[in-house]
Amino acid sequence: MWRYVVRRLIQIVPVFLGTTLLIYTLVFALPGDPVKALAGDKPLPASVLHALHERYNLDDPFVVQYGKYLGNLLTGNFGETYTGQSVASLMADRWTVTAQLAGTAWIFEMIVGIGLGVYAGLRHGRLGDTAVLGLTTLLISVPTFVVGYTAQLLFGLKLEWFPTAGTQDGWPVSYLLPGIVLGSFGLAYVARLTRTSLAENLRADYVRTATAKGMSRVRVIVRHTLRNSLIPVITYLGVDLGNLMAGSIVIEGIFNLPGIGQQVFQSIQLKEGPVVVGITTFLVLIYLLANLIVDILYGFLDPRIRYD
Amino acid sequence: MGVRGARFGAVVAVVALAAAACGGSGGGSKGNSFSVAITEPDHLTPAQTTSSYSLQVGESLFDPLTEIDPKTKQVSNLSAQSITSDDQKHWTIKLKPGLKFSNGEPVTAKSFVDAWNTAAYGPNGWAANYYFANIDGYDALNPEDENAKPKAKTLSGLKVKDDTTFDVTLSEPYSQFPMTLAVNCFSPLPKEGLSDFKKFDNHPIGNGPYMMDGDWQHNKQIKVKKNPNYKGPRPGNANAVTFKSYASRDAAYTDLAAGQTDALATIPAAKVSDAKKVFGDRFRSVPGGTVDYLGFPLFEKRYDNLKLRQAISMAIDRKGIVNSVYNGTYKPMGSLVPQIVPGYRADPCGQYCQYNPAAAKKLLQEAGGFKGTMNLWFSNADPTYKEWMQAIANLLNKNLGIKAQFRQVPAADYLDSLSSHKEDGPYRQNWIMDYPSAENYLANQWGTDNRMGWTGPNQDKFLSLIKKGNAASTATAGIPYYQQAEDVALKDMAMIPLWNWQDQSAWSDRLSNVINDPIVGFHVESIKVSD
Repeated sequence: MWRYVVRRLIQIVPVFLGTTLLIYTLVFALPGDPVKALAGDKPLPASVLHALHERYNLDDPFVVQYGKYLGNLLTGNFGETYTGQSVASLMADRWTVTAQLAGTAWIFEMIVGIGLGVYAGLRHGRLGDTAVLGLTTLLISVPTFVVGYTAQLLFGLKLEWFPTAGTQDGWPVSYLLPGIVLGSFGLAYVARLTRTSLAENLRADYVRTATAKGMSRVRVIVRHTLRNSLIPVITYLGVDLGNLMAGSIVIEGIFNLPGIGQQVFQSIQLKEGPVVVGITTFLVLIYLLANLIVDILYGFLDPRIRYD
Repeated sequence: MGVRGARFGAVVAVVALAAAACGGSGGGSKGNSFSVAITEPDHLTPAQTTSSYSLQVGESLFDPLTEIDPKTKQVSNLSAQSITSDDQKHWTIKLKPGLKFSNGEPVTAKSFVDAWNTAAYGPNGWAANYYFANIDGYDALNPEDENAKPKAKTLSGLKVKDDTTFDVTLSEPYSQFPMTLAVNCFSPLPKEGLSDFKKFDNHPIGNGPYMMDGDWQHNKQIKVKKNPNYKGPRPGNANAVTFKSYASRDAAYTDLAAGQTDALATIPAAKVSDAKKVFGDRFRSVPGGTVDYLGFPLFEKRYDNLKLRQAISMAIDRKGIVNSVYNGTYKPMGSLVPQIVPGYRADPCGQYCQYNPAAAKKLLQEAGGFKGTMNLWFSNADPTYKEWMQAIANLLNKNLGIKAQFRQVPAADYLDSLSSHKEDGPYRQNWIMDYPSAENYLANQWGTDNRMGWTGPNQDKFLSLIKKGNAASTATAGIPYYQQAEDVALKDMAMIPLWNWQDQSAWSDRLSNVINDPIVGFHVESIKVSD
């Protein structure tokens, strides 16, 4: 199995280089002069413009610009923003926020989602099942920003159960409400996947055999049925961790959380190549690693799966 | 945080307090301190920025030479003892004695001269560079040819006479000079600010009523506390202020309504009616310094026709647009300078800026009609630009039968397009005030090399009137000349006024004596806190 893991890790290198090149090209191709955009409606004297162009290598051709960026990257220098902030420390700040937000959402959707799914799967076709189906349909069909604003006004402003916005209360307090809202969509999926998969496996032959052997119902469900039913759920959860990080921009906006979504949005508008490339590449790495972990987990859940 | 508020928060806070065993003000909200919602500034070094959010923080950290009274717009001395000149060209500036930076370093004439030289030196790339353009010797520091090396590192127009006196020579007489000195970028810098720019930008040291409390926490907050070395005329009332960063004004408003932040100077137009109800007399709307205009490309043959431009101006229902797009929070304008500028007159434009479809139609006929489609130019920086351009297109179609198309340009490209005269139709022009002087609006937008391509005898007359105003014996004595210049520019209608932005602010019931103006935002030193 270790050979498999190492091979997968080596595959990440070309993907990493390819991503930086692709994103850098896209940002480079955006129209407009970032330095002038930064000055807004105010004029910048030619001398200042020239100085800033030189500082950020903006007069160089694409290949030279990208080469300089990559060279710096290999020595651990992520570059700086047009306001002179180091991209490395900026990413560290922003990623911390997004990781806390996505982590909260992920844990929430995993625990509550699987819980609801198991509950509904065991009561297949009964009232509890219908209730879970109804709730999850609602969560899937209502757009995230509606849930976000409603939750903020109701639980933050009116009932004052949670802070309305910002990160000043730290983790978990500041991240609970946005995390729940962000995770609500995935929760619905996890619950439905678990429910269907569990209900199906409960009718399988090996379950009947296990029950016939006189195994307790809890053991049948937890050791045998649930373990087998979790494979599609784990696949989804693995991919969704990346989705939660990449897709948190709306939630970050509503709850004023300074995470990567907002930063990428601002940086694309400003043509801040190093920031966009840095954050996006990191995101791709997370996707790849999450997928790798999911693939390895398969082996534990289903011993029939082998790696070579 | 609310009263019953965030029980989770309370638990965590208690744990944190027990662990830290030292007070520490949670969200900057207790212990004679308050918080102000802002958008993340780009820089905190005064001359590195022209952003209004930076000015809000800079107001607490730095004392420039003068200040402008938020109500009367009169200029008074702040760190200057006197600013004098006989000819409006050679100025002598005397500092108050005994002033100090927050690190104890004395504020001297050299602190100012060094700071200004650094800001004016092109290769440093500081955003407020152009504020120094009228000081003698600026050209030597900022060559027009971009490959040329500057010939000098210091402005020849600045001379230190002694510890508290320095002389400034301008390239031309300029009666508004003391007023411009109130802008934050003219603040002094201590020695530390002249070497490691990056370090200083994260922890600026100023001569203002407050000083940094820890480094700038990017995208989160900037904390300031009272400066014990402050001897100036505007000491702070509160012990500490936290400037909280918000990426969206909507989120900032929600936090203000929830009592998690104490003051917000930029309430979004959509929330204004709500804010009036919720905050009552703690809501304030003041005329801002920002104006939207519609410019015409006079270098395009079709627009080189005064009657056509008058017709277009009269076909635009400014009030209707302001009501539908900006909830009635902006003020339609009949002048080129806004209300907050001394010498402002309500309606020098007269009938040509009033909505009058019948007269507009008649003028269009006299102009010989309009052939083809009209391209309307604006940037995508804000969605409301498209909304009001859409309204203008509808009005032009309804009232004049002109078909309009949109040329929506990426924000990064927009100014480039305008300055290279790419626009082939009316375009959105916007001016954000630097200092409340008519000259700031007029000279920059209608002066030499203006975007409309406005030239000819009338423009020559305009330029000479501005010059006369600048050379007047005092700022007030210059006003009549600026007014005449405004009349000349209005008559040719190369660019028409649309509306004046209003600044909507509100604050929590913990605050009193709240003073704000459109230039710096809240005067944080004046604000009193009650708990």
